[in-house]
Amino acid sequence: MSQTNTTTTPKERGRIGTFIRLLWADKFAFFAALFLLVVVLCAIFGPIWLSDEATRQNLRGRNAPPFELSRGFMYILGADQLGRPLLPRIIVAAQNTMAVAAGAVICSMIIGSALGLVAGYTRSRWSGAIMRLGDVIMSFPSLLLAVIVLYMLEPSVANIVLVLAITRIPIYLRTTRAEVLEVRERMFISAARVMGTSDRRIVFRHILPVVMPTLITIATLDFAFVMLAESSLSFLGIGIQPPEITWGLMVSQGRPYLTNAWWLSFWPGLAIILTTLSLNLLSAWMRIALDPVQRWRLEMGGRKNG
Amino acid sequence: MAEHLLEVRNLSVDFHTAAGTVSAVRNVTWHLDRGETLAILGESGSGKSVSASTIMNLIDMPPGEITSGEVLFEGRDLLKMTDEQRRELNGCRIAMIFQDPLSHLNPVYTVGWQICEMMTVHDVPADQAKARTLELLRRVGIPNPEAAMDKYPHEFSGGQRQRLMIAMALALKPDILIADEPTTALDVTVQAQVLALLEELQRETGMGLLLITHDLGVVAEIADRVVVMNKGEIVESGDAAEVYLNPKHPYTKRLIDAAPGKGETRDEEDRLGEPLLRVDRLQQHYGGFHALKGASFSIMPGETVAIVGESGSGKSTMARAILRLDEPSGGKVIWKGRDLLKMTPKELFAIRRDIQMVFQDPTQSLNPRMTVYQIISEAWIVHPDILPKARWKDRVAELLVQVGLSPEMAKRYPHQFSGGQRQRIAIARALALEPKLIICDEAVSALDVSIQAQVIELLDGLRRDLGLSYLFIAHDLPVVRDFADRVIVMKSGEIVEEGHVGQIFDAPRMPYTQALLAASLDPDPEVQATRRNARKSEGLVPA
Amino acid sequence: MKRFIGKRAMASAISLVGLIVLVFFLSRLTGDPTDLYLPIDATQEMRDKFRELHGLNDPLIVQFGRYVWDLLHFDFGESIRQARPAMEVVLEGFRWTLTLAVITMTLVTVAAIVIGSLAAFKVGGVFDRITSFFSLIGASAPDFWIAIVGIVIFAVQLRWLPTSGTGTIWHWILPISVLFIRPFGLILQVVRGSMITALSSAYVKTAKAKGVPPRPIIFVHGLRNAMLPVITVIGDQAAGILNGAVVVETIFGFPGIGKLMIDAILQRDFAVILAAIMVSAVAIFIMNLLIDLAYAMLDPRIRY
Repeated sequence: MSQTNTTTTPKERGRIGTFIRLLWADKFAFFAALFLLVVVLCAIFGPIWLSDEATRQNLRGRNAPPFELSRGFMYILGADQLGRPLLPRIIVAAQNTMAVAAGAVICSMIIGSALGLVAGYTRSRWSGAIMRLGDVIMSFPSLLLAVIVLYMLEPSVANIVLVLAITRIPIYLRTTRAEVLEVRERMFISAARVMGTSDRRIVFRHILPVVMPTLITIATLDFAFVMLAESSLSFLGIGIQPPEITWGLMVSQGRPYLTNAWWLSFWPGLAIILTTLSLNLLSAWMRIALDPVQRWRLEMGGRKNG
Repeated sequence: MAEHLLEVRNLSVDFHTAAGTVSAVRNVTWHLDRGETLAILGESGSGKSVSASTIMNLIDMPPGEITSGEVLFEGRDLLKMTDEQRRELNGCRIAMIFQDPLSHLNPVYTVGWQICEMMTVHDVPADQAKARTLELLRRVGIPNPEAAMDKYPHEFSGGQRQRLMIAMALALKPDILIADEPTTALDVTVQAQVLALLEELQRETGMGLLLITHDLGVVAEIADRVVVMNKGEIVESGDAAEVYLNPKHPYTKRLIDAAPGKGETRDEEDRLGEPLLRVDRLQQHYGGFHALKGASFSIMPGETVAIVGESGSGKSTMARAILRLDEPSGGKVIWKGRDLLKMTPKELFAIRRDIQMVFQDPTQSLNPRMTVYQIISEAWIVHPDILPKARWKDRVAELLVQVGLSPEMAKRYPHQFSGGQRQRIAIARALALEPKLIICDEAVSALDVSIQAQVIELLDGLRRDLGLSYLFIAHDLPVVRDFADRVIVMKSGEIVEEGHVGQIFDAPRMPYTQALLAASLDPDPEVQATRRNARKSEGLVPA
Repeated sequence: MKRFIGKRAMASAISLVGLIVLVFFLSRLTGDPTDLYLPIDATQEMRDKFRELHGLNDPLIVQFGRYVWDLLHFDFGESIRQARPAMEVVLEGFRWTLTLAVITMTLVTVAAIVIGSLAAFKVGGVFDRITSFFSLIGASAPDFWIAIVGIVIFAVQLRWLPTSGTGTIWHWILPISVLFIRPFGLILQVVRGSMITALSSAYVKTAKAKGVPPRPIIFVHGLRNAMLPVITVIGDQAAGILNGAVVVETIFGFPGIGKLMIDAILQRDFAVILAAIMVSAVAIFIMNLLIDLAYAMLDPRIRY
């Protein structure tokens, strides 16, 4: 087909413009991104504005049901067992929830992909050793790790990040290695080697940029996974400890009141679902948008719908 | 007007793509009768396969859309039939084979099963289908047909796979066989065998053969009539020999002129003195497999040496070994009196400037995430002593002009160029290091004929202007004939014959070289007819 | 094939040894079990006796030596909490978890493959959009939340199902349903993606040219080729459940290996932790082997 000739000169638009246009082409992804933006804003500014609201106890409002505006807008989602309004609590908890997930994803991605680059590019004994290390980490029970950290160090946000980061390293390690093994054999790498390019330059200038989109896509997906893992730990009581709050912890704290006050667990759980869902949608979009071969699907869809 | 077996009338097909609607074919009209061979000739992007895909109902809609026309098979319009009716015709009355049979055969089922399926979906009882499969495998010349039934596609060679595809297509004795570039990925000798098989089978069954190809040689070998397509339109059609001898349309003329292998060979005196590169008993073993069994040759300054051979001959292994992309198992590569294979990484680094390589597939040999400027100027980042940074921009512009591109293209990315342009960029990258020798590994074989001719011309010009030497690796003999000073013929890791280009082409000594030349197709139908007769009488190509 | 199994067993054994060493020493970092098992007002004498009984007085390295020596005699130690051989306790829990995993993964696999394949046949169609959306929600939902919502609706409000425990067949329905959701969402997406690739391949084009109808194209030509990546994900998800569906088992009071593990960790029942890890490791090793076998069966190009 003669598509190569016709697509040669797409107009040079701003990168951000192209980005938003591609995002708009997938409505689900667009609203997912919008929702995540709101969550991030809540995480950054929520505690500054609302931390007083979120911790103010109101014994008359204990387990107040949702959708009643008599106590004010803050109580729209109801209140918890101490009468603290749920809406501001969820907004404030966004900070810890996001910080843990972001911290863990960034750390594990940097360490994991660095190890993966080494394991994939060098044929030395290191490669095997790194892979075995990955196996050990993968089969090390993350619960035990969490308990160890909980007992040894204090259950602070930073330490939970540490636990989660360690458990996620193998994902990046394996993905990066597999990709590097494939990219290493491509012809433009041979071309660079013929030129006398150093290994370092080949890895950072030629291999990493090609692997990067995959890593970012996985990181987005993994962000959702880490959020779920953090909530599970908090739920089991071996994650973040009160008075700090995360969404997972809120679900766990509402559990004893399930029969008479379902909303204590329901809303924070919904917050988790909506966030992870948005991340999954965004990751699915990224898989297409970052792949030059598949990008046309979005460009076409946009034309048709809009 | 008598009714044709198959007739395509005013067919137009559009594809809705990101960059807007592309009309793949416009108002295409042709017909095919029983027992004749029609070739649709065109370069990539000409839309030559689109009408065949329409006939087989293989066009995905969307993005495809048939905007006008009809496809009459025995007078009935295929486009008005239901999917079910068309499925009944597919395979049974009209069958198709494709380029690259490996990817077109299902990798996880045995070939016996796949051939049987062709019959069982058209309601042939299983036991009859099995017997017929055995018969077919024998007919297309698969050795040991009983055992072959239970083998998987990857266990066969390229030529055998195409025979399997043919066996499958002919299982139900269709009235029409459509062959889409059936021999493009095959070696010349295998190509000749497959084309011969197709011709024989056509004579036996009286089917109409529709052959889609980019190769004038294939047309000359097998076609009765030819339809020439360019950019979605038919530019010319008629008797194959007539079209070759008296092309009317300028495009057809250009295409015929671009076909390689017609010019004068370059016969120069032996160059004396110290060779630029001397390869001495170079060996490469992969496990127990000996890809190179001690090959020796040399290249003089300013000389173009071509290595030709079929797949598996070890010619590309040679290139990679000389450059130490793969460490050779033994032998010497002497560059200006010093053994490349014994050099330390540091010494080797200095030599890297002098020997550069241009790869087969420019799409893969250029980093998709770097601009042309970055790709070319990387040479000077790696070797900072060549050029001060202030001069980079001018030099990139200069190089782009030198390879026939324009300087403002430096900002673009590789995917924004056509195949021929990309290969020019790859050449510019090689030139940036001011090398003395360029190794071209099948550098033009992925390109269309007319582009091929342009790139060869570019390389030739650079040799004259800059005094470059080339080691030119190719499987395509006619290309080599126009371009090389000396030719080395390789087979299974060994050099079979070596000589001046004139000697190799006009008076080959070794039987293998003779077979290779006999099998290669000439675009001129008359020359080809003579060759065929010679081939048959001498029995050089066993069927 | 034998050599391949041997090599794999070797690599797994190395990892397992590393894991045991790591877990043995790290788990002791969580503290002394004595405080947990004896009342706060226990005398020093009682404490010493308890420590003596469980060999906690010796230096760590001696304890480790003894543990390894016992291991070589297939003695996996004693559970402090249950005063029974640790392996016995673990195998009992493992039986529950294995049953749970097998039932869940069978259901997930069948459902995901059928629905995913059909979705891939008409990409962007109504069926595809609906399933894609629900699979995404499934893959995004935290299992403890679904479990809680499930209990509220089906056990508390409707009173159709028991809230927790084991005993009748009804006790299995909620845990399996909750465990089903996430793997189903994930595997469905992989099936769909992999099927789209397979259905746009050249051999499917050949099949169409042969006149093969849509259903065999999907389930005969496409599916077998699309299965390889799917099997990998099935393996990952099954490993997840085998390693202990901790949250689900805890919420539903299900006596599986996951609940056992978290209890053992919190109660510093070291022998049980180590035995549980070994059992999971062996189970996952066997499962990976089965997966490799499945690869070779599905794709004749793969030979070990």
